[in-house]
Amino acid sequence: MGLLSLAIWTPIFFGVVLLALGRDDQAHVVRWIALVGAIAGLAVTVPLYTGFELGTAAMQFVEKRAWIENFNVNYHLGVDGISLWLVLLTAFINVVVVVASWESITSRVNQYMGAFLILSGLMIGVFSAQDAMLFYVFFEATLIPMYLIIGIWGGPNKIYAAFKFFLYTLLGSLLMLVALIYLYTQSGGSFALADWYRLPLGGTAQTLLFFAFFAAFAVKVPMWPVHTWLPDVHVEAPTGGSAVLAAIMLKLGAYGFLRFSLPILPDAAHEWAWLMIALSLVAVIYVGLVAMVQQDMKKLVAYSSVAHMGFVTLGFFVFSDLGVSGAIVQMIAHGFVSAAMFLGIGVLYDRVHSREIADYGGVVNTMPKFAAFALLFTMANCGLPGTAGFVGEWMVILAAVKANFWIGLLAASALIFGAAYSLWMYKRVYLGSVGNDNVKALVDINAREFLVLGVLALAVLYMGVYPKPFTDVMDASVAELLRHVAISKLN
Amino acid sequence: MIDKLSWVAAYPEILLMTMACVIALVDLAVKTPLRGVTYGLTLLTLGVIALLQGLAASSGNTVYGFGGMIVSDPMGNWLKCFASIAMMVTFVYGRAYSGQRDMLRGGELFSLGMFALLGMFVMISSHHFLVIYLGLELLTLSSYALVALRRDDVKATEAAMKYFVLGALASGFLLYGLSMVYGATGSLNLTEVMLTIAGGGDTLVGSPQVLTLGLVFVVAGLAFKLGVVPFHMWVPDVYHGAPTAITLMIGGAPKLAAFAIVIRLLVEGLQPLAVDWQQMLAVLSVMSLLVGNLAAIAQSNLKRMLAFSTIAQMGFMLLGLLAGVVQGDTGNMANAYGSSMFYVVTYVLTTLGTFGVILLLSRSGFESDNISDLAGLNQRSPLYAGVMAICMFSLAGVPPLVGFYAKLAVLQALLASSGAFYVGLAVFAVIMSLIGAFYYLRVIKIMYFDAPTQTADIEAGLDARSVLSINGLLVLVLGIVPGGLMTLCAQAVAHLFA
Repeated sequence: MGLLSLAIWTPIFFGVVLLALGRDDQAHVVRWIALVGAIAGLAVTVPLYTGFELGTAAMQFVEKRAWIENFNVNYHLGVDGISLWLVLLTAFINVVVVVASWESITSRVNQYMGAFLILSGLMIGVFSAQDAMLFYVFFEATLIPMYLIIGIWGGPNKIYAAFKFFLYTLLGSLLMLVALIYLYTQSGGSFALADWYRLPLGGTAQTLLFFAFFAAFAVKVPMWPVHTWLPDVHVEAPTGGSAVLAAIMLKLGAYGFLRFSLPILPDAAHEWAWLMIALSLVAVIYVGLVAMVQQDMKKLVAYSSVAHMGFVTLGFFVFSDLGVSGAIVQMIAHGFVSAAMFLGIGVLYDRVHSREIADYGGVVNTMPKFAAFALLFTMANCGLPGTAGFVGEWMVILAAVKANFWIGLLAASALIFGAAYSLWMYKRVYLGSVGNDNVKALVDINAREFLVLGVLALAVLYMGVYPKPFTDVMDASVAELLRHVAISKLN
Repeated sequence: MIDKLSWVAAYPEILLMTMACVIALVDLAVKTPLRGVTYGLTLLTLGVIALLQGLAASSGNTVYGFGGMIVSDPMGNWLKCFASIAMMVTFVYGRAYSGQRDMLRGGELFSLGMFALLGMFVMISSHHFLVIYLGLELLTLSSYALVALRRDDVKATEAAMKYFVLGALASGFLLYGLSMVYGATGSLNLTEVMLTIAGGGDTLVGSPQVLTLGLVFVVAGLAFKLGVVPFHMWVPDVYHGAPTAITLMIGGAPKLAAFAIVIRLLVEGLQPLAVDWQQMLAVLSVMSLLVGNLAAIAQSNLKRMLAFSTIAQMGFMLLGLLAGVVQGDTGNMANAYGSSMFYVVTYVLTTLGTFGVILLLSRSGFESDNISDLAGLNQRSPLYAGVMAICMFSLAGVPPLVGFYAKLAVLQALLASSGAFYVGLAVFAVIMSLIGAFYYLRVIKIMYFDAPTQTADIEAGLDARSVLSINGLLVLVLGIVPGGLMTLCAQAVAHLFA
């Protein structure tokens, strides 16, 4: 069994064990098993980083086995510079989420922890699949645990949110399925991504396929105007669900653009780049403004996620080294920052059971340690230099200015909105005098919460100060990707 | 006429019939309320037959018997093997349920069930119009009686009546159509019919118009038996009205036989008319997908919902049959029909799981057939909720469950024929499965997100519980490694054209 298989199946194995326990009267044991599983899942990804060979765009840690021989589908895994950090991030966030949900989840703990572990394995599968059908199976399978997580442990309007999440994303991916099968027949019976990169395709076919993929990935990212499911789902999902959703699941869509839309359909990607850039700018500016007027903390962060993901898609479609690398860095940075933001809201929600900004005020007086962490993450969210949030956005803006000054200018203006909504929320929740009795009764974070937020804070600072380990890994793969994008496939 | 090969080809049917009679006689001496001996003997017989069929299928031989009236080929053998297993599972799930509802006063449940299975076997093995009809009648007559087995129950008797009247009408359609095809071709043997039609005006004895008209009636008759729109009216009523154990007996294994006669009649017999029947099937499947999925949303009764879901699923299965012959090119046939076979086999597997849960949840005086009866099932029994959830996700076509690969195979067959019409059909089917996902998800929502309304303990025998676990696990495992079954179906169908 290869390392990637281990990374995928270790958490899934522990997840299945947890589900098989059946009863949850032993919640304490269940939590420890989940933690062991999550840490084991993270541990097996470490050799992926230490053994990763820099300077090559080739897939590494490749595993290939026949899976469905009838359709020539292979169990084909591999990582390159684009996916390596996403795999590591997934395993890391999984540990964070298990620890963060330690006390806040009290009912059916085994199913909760099991769902998260299985979800984590499936998402690593998405990032490492080199066969389109394998990718699709992992991509779609993630819907099942997430649907249950939202529906069972979510807020008051959880059922609406769970259905919206499932059906919205299913519609997009079913159209992608048709596109995948079409490419399979066109390529003479192959689902291998590497074969599809070489497959010549006519202009009309490329456009249709581009929009089929767009339906799947844009919904997942989510891009404006198909982002409306995200705020609803984030508000209702339990804290851990929100964190995983924002940190990893949104990246599945962005990753899909990189693996499918750009290299397989280069001509359509160039032809429709104006549309993608326009939609990204709308996300960055308009959704940023929408975030500013939110009354609900989770909704605010959800809208800010949409805005941040706008930077990612913007970076992809300026087709430059800097832009694509910046977008990938932004994906990872957003993974840390958004997870931290949602876990921070979870800390408050566990104590006060409200997400309304108006219910808080002056939290810094009763929870000074927590407020310090929150300040760091808020700053990272608005892209302060020295934090993870800065690096990616700065690279994308630089690339956008190079491509077209006005695009760059518009994108850069969004940083102001980002600062505005983030800082304004911080002011209203944390600063000032103690707002009400609930805030007065708040107890500062305990050691467990300190550990979770501390680890995330370290990651955010490290990535902001020294992003080289992140960019070094991806250089060769991004160059290779852009080489594919530059070659026309029209005959 | 009766040579040695005939015995080789027909021994499963003969064995089954003999055992059905023996078991009916033995049962006279059985006095226990749950008919333990009858039950054991039936399972043993079906198990042995399934094993023999599996072995025969693996040998890959095709044997004709009784002057070409019946055939024993890999497709038929596999279907018979799966049908026997499905029937066994049905008995395991349905025994306690039937006992509580006074349906085990005599051993009729078992002997009628075996005769129904015999009917399926004959349908699957047939290579001749009359044999097809014979098998069909044996199956449906046993089914009418089975639905009415709970004779003091108003709903069941009503369902039996409806089933009988509409079923007889359908048989009439089929017979009428077959007689017209006979009139045009002068033969009842499938191979001869095919050759005669392929020969065109030179070899036809009757007019081509009669042939086409006959085809319309044949397709209508088959559509009745498959339960596709607009010949679906009996499905919801019978599914709902029949005792659940019998619903499973009608909705499970017989789908395999229905698929077999569709292949025998349309592909083996009337393949030169593929252009005509493909159009008809296209209309049937589009309507079934639409009506089945939309009507299922409105149902509050679980069995009715599953009935409409069946209609939609059968519509999807028909899509695979559409893509076999494209503009005279028969290259895609094995692929297309293999995908339909895979669809129907996995559909039966999933159906067994869903009805199994309903059966095990019901108890004396409580049918557990409303969707709301499943409320909070996850808290009462994570195992049953898990099996039901796996089956629902599979029916909705979500990977990594086996239902996804069934849909994948059919869509792939459609797109392999690469006409704009087929791409359109594929997109339509995909959008319909999105609508379908809604009502399957609703069942999961009720089991997992709602609070329980029932508090009674869930009791079920160890046999039923373990079979149900295996059933659910298979839906998942076949989803993780679907390759074997897919290859099996493709090869079984490929033998038809070898």
